[in-house]
Amino acid sequence: MKVTIDNVQVEVEDGTTILQAARKIGGKLVPPAMCYYSKLKGSGGKCRTCLVKVAQSSAKDPRPMPKLVASCSTPVQDGMVVQNLTSPEVIEARKGVVEFLLLNHPLDCPVCDQAGECDLQDLSFGYGMDETATEEDRREFPVIDIGENIKLHMNRCILCYRCVYTAGQLTDKRLHGVMYRGDVSEISTFIGNAVTNEFSGNVIDVCPVGALTDKTFRFKSRVWFLKPMNAHRECSKCAGKTAVWMFGNEIYRVTGRKDEFGEVEEFICNECRFEKKDVNDWIIEGPRHITRQSVISANHYEESKKQSVINPIEGTMEIQE
Amino acid sequence: MQSAFGIIKTMKNSNIIHHPRFARDGKSVAFTPAVLAKVHALILRYPEGQQKSALLPVLHIAQEELGGYLSVDAMDYVATLLGIQPIEVYEVATFYSMFYLEKMGKYVIEVCRTGPCAISGGEKILAHLQEVLEIKPGETTPDGVFTLKEVECLGSCGTGPVMQVNSEYYEKLTPGKVDKLIEDFREYANRNKPGGLSWVEKFC
Amino acid sequence: MGGKILLAGIDIPGIRGFDVYRAHGGYAAVEKALREMTASEVGQEVNRSGLRGRGGAGFPTGLKWSFLDRKSDKPRYLVCNADESEPGTFKDRYLMQHLPHRLIEGLIISSYALGVNTCYIYIRGEFKYLVGILETAIMEARQHGFLGDRILGTDYSLNIYVHPGAGAYICGEETALLESLEGKRGNPRIKPPFPAFKGLYGCPTVVNNVETLAAVGPIILMGGETYSKIGRGKSTGTKLISACGNINNPGVYEIEMGLPVEDFIYAPEYCGGIANDKYLKAVIPGGSSVPILPADLMLNTAKGEKRLMTYESLADGDFETGTMLGSGGFIVYDEDACIVRNTWNLAHFYRHESCGQCSPCREGTGWMEKVLYRIEHGLGKMSDIDLLVRVAKNIEGNTICPLGDAAAWPVASAIRHFRKEFEFHVKHPETVKNIHHGALNIEEESLIPDSGTGIKYW
Ligand SMILES: Cc1cc2nc3c(=O)[nH]c(=O)nc-3n(C[C@H](O)[C@H](O)[C@H](O)COP(=O)(O)O)c2cc1C
Ligand code: SF4
Ligand code: SF4
Ligand code: FES
Ligand code: FES
Repeated sequence: MKVTIDNVQVEVEDGTTILQAARKIGGKLVPPAMCYYSKLKGSGGKCRTCLVKVAQSSAKDPRPMPKLVASCSTPVQDGMVVQNLTSPEVIEARKGVVEFLLLNHPLDCPVCDQAGECDLQDLSFGYGMDETATEEDRREFPVIDIGENIKLHMNRCILCYRCVYTAGQLTDKRLHGVMYRGDVSEISTFIGNAVTNEFSGNVIDVCPVGALTDKTFRFKSRVWFLKPMNAHRECSKCAGKTAVWMFGNEIYRVTGRKDEFGEVEEFICNECRFEKKDVNDWIIEGPRHITRQSVISANHYEESKKQSVINPIEGTMEIQE
Repeated sequence: MQSAFGIIKTMKNSNIIHHPRFARDGKSVAFTPAVLAKVHALILRYPEGQQKSALLPVLHIAQEELGGYLSVDAMDYVATLLGIQPIEVYEVATFYSMFYLEKMGKYVIEVCRTGPCAISGGEKILAHLQEVLEIKPGETTPDGVFTLKEVECLGSCGTGPVMQVNSEYYEKLTPGKVDKLIEDFREYANRNKPGGLSWVEKFC
Repeated sequence: MGGKILLAGIDIPGIRGFDVYRAHGGYAAVEKALREMTASEVGQEVNRSGLRGRGGAGFPTGLKWSFLDRKSDKPRYLVCNADESEPGTFKDRYLMQHLPHRLIEGLIISSYALGVNTCYIYIRGEFKYLVGILETAIMEARQHGFLGDRILGTDYSLNIYVHPGAGAYICGEETALLESLEGKRGNPRIKPPFPAFKGLYGCPTVVNNVETLAAVGPIILMGGETYSKIGRGKSTGTKLISACGNINNPGVYEIEMGLPVEDFIYAPEYCGGIANDKYLKAVIPGGSSVPILPADLMLNTAKGEKRLMTYESLADGDFETGTMLGSGGFIVYDEDACIVRNTWNLAHFYRHESCGQCSPCREGTGWMEKVLYRIEHGLGKMSDIDLLVRVAKNIEGNTICPLGDAAAWPVASAIRHFRKEFEFHVKHPETVKNIHHGALNIEEESLIPDSGTGIKYW
């Protein structure tokens, strides 16, 4: 099947979604995804940041689709023509979505552990408005522990459902979920239940914002002061392939290895994540490559002859080839 | 606020959302054998392996039979009956507005607040009820007889203003009618007269 | 008016019971369909009738049925949507309360046509008393051999079950309804896949409204051809309209499609005019989700033609000057109605009923409600009005299910047609704090248009 996205053609298999096709091409034209997670069945469709315009449904049916569609959950058809950044309509809609996502977001980045590796930060940097139009008070939830090692800042949650799918698909007994509905819905255990399970820590990695954070790392350091290293160890529960975040010779935290789309390559167990903070626990393979647009890269100068400029149209930082 | 039109509801600071966290009482709850038989019959209405489908009807029954609201213990019991995780029950029970999570009054008065009822006098009825019962929507009278609630359209807009009391509809309300009803309920409450037919009886 | 079709016999005492219903020709359609017609013939008849979905979208029923995946070896399901929660709509309730057997009859024939052996009626939980009525009707039909195994001695078997919801408007959306029927939260599904391929329990499923399915029996009896001649153009047959608001005779009326709106509002056999001899100000003709129209645009289209009760005529002028037939919840506002307050009221409804899955609807409905609340209570700014338009636009079309649109349209249309009233609220905060009805016409009497039709309207 041939699909064209922002004038680039790509050949994909039947059943591929537009987003996956775009990721196959890679680069700037990949729509941002805040809720879709390729490793979680059923995820996607909720945040609406990945909206794109289908200018031609297929070779057989050249009509455009009447509405913007969520690229993460729309399968491609042969001869489909998709517009992402080339459609002003998409950019407008995405700006609208970002505004909605930030509407009740506390904007507490200065005290948020996720700052620097937050998808929402990156997204608002790219599509946010310079001023807020709302004067309404933001919604507020109390901060709670949902497990021995996991902190939940519901205020920051964008209800992407990723953590719920993770708990449902990786563990045999889900203990947290989405309660209530509409704009008062929240992620919760409902009863004072602690989320305990060998793989429960993965909800921290899948969370696109700072709603679920690692208590063992809380306020220890800003992520951009740390050096992520690929590391592995013999583990009976998981593959033991992780990223360890180091400052000098100390391990501050352990996470899954995230790929360029922010998804972990493999889920890791709680023992690796929360308990193995000693360098001697790990075989360190070497530094991880950090994607250029991440704030984390700010303190890590990779040798580069490329010049970064601010793209005047999107206001995003990009590297000139 | 008092005005020509009655008491105007001023918005509480609704931005701070504090959903209570509930606790297991550890009390053992169970349906009577007759009710249990009905529940098992209900489960059989759905294909094999899809017993979770019976969750909504069974929760209705649980709410009615096990104390007028869904305690954590009641929900855990329903989860065991249907062979599902308790969290799946909590998620559902919090989603639907007909399920109560905390103890309610004997008579739960649910007044329709939506457009068509509002323009035919619904706002006045709610204001009147607040005055008569001396409680605000969401509250229960100190004697535990009445809980007042605002609900959205009850599907009876042509006969508005409407309220539902323990799943009975009362239509074309006037303040006078409401006074009379409240009086009747107070009396029934003392006589322990049950309101309406039960869910169990509704299913053949 | 072509006589009553759906509501035929409603005045006969005891028609709710099987015996009386049967004595007045009830279940003849089931006998005709099952004994004399093949399943596909029934489908063709429905197709020929031009029947369109009465749940809101108006999608041709025959076409919808033809999409059902018949190749799959999984069981197929028919689900009757009796979740009726759209503000202003109470027609299904009326039908089920008085003529439950008309629905059961329609369900049997439709299930037969679709090759379905299990059918669920998803009814909103608040209609608890109707659950008993429907269960009784099902039991009676079973006792008389119209349900259960080998109906009327044919090979065809069918079971119908009633499934109560529990208070969520969103469960009227067909995929949310299926989720809810599976015992989950009523979160609409992402489409595709459509229910015709993957519906209830992942099996091919058709979801139809109560009124749509009830119309199938009469269609089989009179023939699709005959049915299609009733009504006007592509709006065939009769439609139940539930009229409410400031009119003399609120209630459910069965009208032949094509009736002029003006007749519907003023004729004594229908709404009987505006109550208390007031002026007509505005109408929401299809349940709260469709755009509101001011009196002049409601009675006559922008082109100056008489507006009729059909899908096409009501939509004439699109969103600029038109609206939709929707579910037929006809809400009439008199001169005293405050459009701002009403819009705020409906925005509150959508905020409360949003499932909260997708961000534009979850956040946008709450935002609109808060801004409208401020304007209505004298705390608004001029810029808020444009803000509302922008928020509505950002929600519209960008959500998983049409509830987002349904929340945006009432706000957008109210501002489009009644901007002056919003501005009045901003300019006169003290006045609107105390007077909630028709604040605008106190000051701007001159805004009352002269209709020239001899009928008083605002
Ligand atoms: C938010 C929302 C609420 C709805 N509520 C109802 C309802 O209460 N009753 C109904 O029959 N259809 C409702 N619908 C329409 C259904 O999704 C679906 O279109 C309908 O059941 C199809 O039946 P029909 O083709 O017979 O109209 C609703 C749709 C949406 C988006
Ligand atoms: S807590 Fe994080 S992962 Fe879970 S729903 Fe919220 S934003 Fe998504
Ligand atoms: S549009 Fe609203 S109701 Fe529909 S899926 Fe999204 S959040 Fe839920
Ligand atoms: S990533 Fe597609 S909608 Fe969220
Ligand atoms: S608006 Fe009150 S019942 Fe519909």
